[in-house]
Order: sequence, then structure tokens, then C-alpha cells
Amino acid sequence: MSDQVAGWDSGADLAKDPATIPDLSSVDVPPELEREIRERMAKYPDRRSAALPALEAAQRVHGWCSPEAIQQVAAVMQVTPAYLSSITTFYDMLNTEPLGRHQVYVCTSVACNLRNAQSLLEALQEAGEDFDDANIRGFECLGACDMAPMASIDNRYVGPIDPSEAPEVIAAIKEGRTPLPGRGLGDEGFKLPWEDGSNG
Amino acid sequence: MAETRVLLEGIDEPGLNTIDVYERTGGYTAMRKALTEMDVDTILAELKDSGLRGRGGAGFSMGTKASFMPKGTMNKYLCCNADESEPGTFKDRLLMQKNPHRLIEGIIIAAVAAGANRAFIYIRGEYAFVADILDAAVNEAYRKSYLGDDILGTGNSVELVVHRGAGAYICGEETGLLDSLEGKRGNPRLKPPFPANQGLYQGPTLINNVETLFNVPLVIGRGAAWFKQHGTDQSAGTKLVSVSGNVQRPGNYEIELGIPAREIVFGLAGGPFPGRKVKFWFPGGSSAPVLLEEDLDRPYSFESMAEAGSMLGSGAIIVVDDSVPVVSVALRLAEFYRHESCGKCVPCREGTNWTVKMLERIDAGEATPMDLDIMANVQTNIIGNCLCVLGDSMAMPVGSMIKKFRGEFEEHIERAREAADRLSIEMGVAAPPADQAA
Repeated sequence: MSDQVAGWDSGADLAKDPATIPDLSSVDVPPELEREIRERMAKYPDRRSAALPALEAAQRVHGWCSPEAIQQVAAVMQVTPAYLSSITTFYDMLNTEPLGRHQVYVCTSVACNLRNAQSLLEALQEAGEDFDDANIRGFECLGACDMAPMASIDNRYVGPIDPSEAPEVIAAIKEGRTPLPGRGLGDEGFKLPWEDGSNG
Repeated sequence: MAETRVLLEGIDEPGLNTIDVYERTGGYTAMRKALTEMDVDTILAELKDSGLRGRGGAGFSMGTKASFMPKGTMNKYLCCNADESEPGTFKDRLLMQKNPHRLIEGIIIAAVAAGANRAFIYIRGEYAFVADILDAAVNEAYRKSYLGDDILGTGNSVELVVHRGAGAYICGEETGLLDSLEGKRGNPRLKPPFPANQGLYQGPTLINNVETLFNVPLVIGRGAAWFKQHGTDQSAGTKLVSVSGNVQRPGNYEIELGIPAREIVFGLAGGPFPGRKVKFWFPGGSSAPVLLEEDLDRPYSFESMAEAGSMLGSGAIIVVDDSVPVVSVALRLAEFYRHESCGKCVPCREGTNWTVKMLERIDAGEATPMDLDIMANVQTNIIGNCLCVLGDSMAMPVGSMIKKFRGEFEEHIERAREAADRLSIEMGVAAPPADQAA
């Protein structure tokens, strides 16, 4: 234990050498992931610009930005794991813990909060209490205040959702169905309840 | 009260997000005109003459900003800021989702005018479904050779990449956006150097909001004189306004700048629910100092909102009705900025944190009226003391709430303290003297 010093979230092992840029030949990277990261890198004048899309792709494969995922991205991008960790910890959509494969973000920002967002968040969290594979959390403004209260369910914006509909939403996610069909932005004929014409 | 539909013209045309429908409705003609009939100086002159002001929040002349880009043949960049994350704002989402090609057309014209050969759309990661629409539209534009090398045989080249963020409000700040696009944490940079001189990858960079670039094909296609017909002398054109909060019909509405704010809140958005009154409103996103009910009679324009001591900002109106305690709005707001502060500058990192703690103390019945002065003082010490305006964006609205609703804050403190005292007596614990509780 004497080798451990307090870190930000967890202890750091001082006896361990700092991680260097991993050699690609010594890291097992899923070919599909490697191809995707290389494609992204080719789009920018500086390969490091691909860090966000690369981590996002790795998170899709691994479910979260695990040490293994970071090692794989580091090997393909030829950057240090520490560099990628610095990015992972900065952005809300990159998970530094395994929180579940389904991302349910309930917007609880100023405007949504005026329209019952907190109750929706609590209802969804209650309904999904035993659903370990979903990360149900409050999120800062999602840019959908017109749909409030709303949630981004695996990147699909759904709203307005009444808190009483929470069990149905969670059941749909569990069973792999689309939660509240027709109520997602971009769904065929999507309209807000008070809209006569269409406005979004 | 009807909308003036210019930006939203034909927005409900089925399939408008595809290049065929867009071109059938007159799309890409402004780009042809700009690239084949106009030179760079005439495009810039037209943009300046139109009076088009940036729609991202600062309201700076778009043409003037583009003309700051140095001449010469180095790599130059254009970044479209589609990170839209100011609470209350959801206008760019609608524009990009429904009419992505008009944005691409605007980017091509602006890039050529600024001499930029590479362009990026930095879109917030939460808008993944919109980014998919943009990706498809960019591919279509490449297939038609509207993007890439030697567009329409004019020798102009523009490469365009859609870049997705991953959830950070600060990446909407222009230099935070640049760092994020370079693959780093989105920390804002010290200015100067300004992005026009040294921006993305150290090259000259023009950064514009989605709605600003969306206006460019209109200005070029129909002319500056036509554009100026809308709006006021100093605030030309139409503006997409996102109305949210305690109104009956939240949504995006397109208005001529300069109409009374009341017409937007009541006429278009339906006003508060029956029996409720407007208590206060944010005229330009959650960063704008709040205004009162009587301010609704002011014209909604850049200059009039500034006169009222606030700002038009991103054009997002958040309405709060009289059922909502001002302390709860201030707390939610402060929590947002505390969460989103990048932590680089002390006044913002600590100031947002302390503001949250002080507001929580008010709710817990542990505050004294003196705390209001301390809190107002914290706000003053944030403003102007950081690299970017994130801290200011909390300090200005919170400061304005304390100033305009001081009586309610004091009442809230008193009531919460009485409640806390009662609770501790019930639980058999003696209430601490007030001076120790503070």
C-alpha cells in the first residue's frame, strides 16, 4: 500500500512505470474497430483529431472506455493511454466505468426542469432500478426544450414523456423494442401535442 | 401573429434533406452564383452590406469577421459551430435536421469567401441522429462535386468533415471547440491570438454558428438589399427563436428582429398556462440576465435587449411563471455551470461551486441575508476575470436574479430557516443560534 498515493478518483500506483505508446503488434484490436479509427484519422490533418470519434467507436464495442478499450485506441492512433484518459474524463458521453450499454439521458436543465423533468428522471430510475445494462442519468441541456420533459434513449430523442409512462419505456428498452413509437424526433409524422402544423 | 418564414421557408417539404429535393426547390443556386459570377471581394462586400450578425450569441457582423481572415495561400479553416448547448436553445437542431444542404451551401460560400480550403461542422455528440443526416448530405454533395477539389470547375476546393463532440458545453466556446476538434480536452484558449489569425492547427480559422451560415445562401442568392428588408437597421434579417419553459406552445418560431417580445411569448408560444403569470424570462439562453414581465413590451432585437441590460444571445427565450421559486431556478442554473466549467480558470471553477453551495444553504435554512451580498460579490468577481465567458454566463443571470428578486430571496431564507428550526425541535435537537448556522 505504501506505493499508492491518492489520485483524483482512485489511488495511483507509483511503483508502476508510466504507460508508453503501445506497440500495435502486441495489442489485439478488433479489425472492424481498427478500420473505423484509421478511416477517421485519414479525415484530419492531425491524427489526434480522431481521438473523440475513436473513443466513441471503442465505447460502442466495449460498452465503456475500459483500460482495454483505451489500450486498443492508443495502439492504433499511436498516442499514450494517458492522453486518451485525459479526454475520456472530460466528456460526459464517454464512460470511465461500466454503466450499461443503454444510455438513457433525461434532460434536467433549466428549461426542462420547469416542465417536470426531475419527476421523469426519478420515475425512470425507479422503473429501471433492477436494469443493470442501462445508464439512466440526468443530463445537462440536450437541446430539446420544446419536447420537455424528454429523454435521449440510445441517441433517439423522445418526448414529451409523462412520468407514468416510465415503466413502459424501460420495458421497451429491455425487450429491444422502440420506446414510445412515433414520439421520437425524426419518427414518421412526429409532432408535438400542441402543434397544428409541423414545426420540428 | 404569424411567423415570417425565410429560414424556415419550405422546411416541411418532404425529403428536403436529400439533394434532389433541395435542388428542385432552388438549392445550390446561390453557390453557383457566388462561385461563377462573383469574386471573393464582392461576396464579402455583400455579406457586410447585408448587416447579417452572428447568430451564435455575440452578434458580430458576419462579413466583417470573414474579412479578418488573412490573404495568402496557407491552409485556412472554416468551423461551423453546431455544438448548440446553451440551455433553452434548439434552433440549429431543427435547421440541420430538416435542411442540411442549405447549411452545406452556406459553408461552401463562406469558405470560398474566407479562402478556407477545409471546413468542419462541429456538432454536439448528443445530436448523433442529426449528425447522421449531415453525414448523408455531405456524401451527396461530394458525389455532385459540390465539395472536394475544383468545385464546378472554378478552381475552388473545400473539404468538409462532420465532427461529433461527446458532451461538453464548453466546446461551444469557439476556442474550446478548436481544442476539442484538435483531439484535446475542450479548454478555451487565451485570446489574442484570435482564431482568424491562429486557430485550428495554428492556421487562420473562421468560426460561425449554424444559423449564421444558413443565412448566407439567402444573402448571396437574393441580395443584401432583400435581406435588409427584414428586421431593424441594426438587427437585419429574421431570427429563429426557441421558446421554452412555462409556455403553452414551446417550439421554434421565426420572427423579424424588432417585433415586441410579447408577441413571441404570448402570440406565438401561447403564453403561460391559464391562471399563471410571467414572473421573469431569459431573452437569450440561460446565460442572459433575466428580464421582467413589463420588459415583454420591448422590441426583440440585439440593441434593445442590450439596452434592457440583457442580451439577445442565441435567441432562446425561457419563460418562468409565478409558481416557480426564483431560488430553484438560480440553483439549477448554477449547478449547470458548475458541471460544465472546464476548471481552467479559478474564478469560474471556484465561483460556480461556491454559488451552488450558497444556494443550497439557502434551501437548507442555513443562510442569512448577508449571504446574498457575499453571493452577489462572488458573481462580480467572476465577471471579466476568466479566459472565456462561461463563468460570466452564470454570474450575469444569477446576479440579475439576486438584484431583481432580493425580497423573495430574503423571504426564502427566512422561511427555510424557520422550517429547519421546527424540524430540529421536533427531532429533539436544539436549534443552533443564527450566527453559527451561517
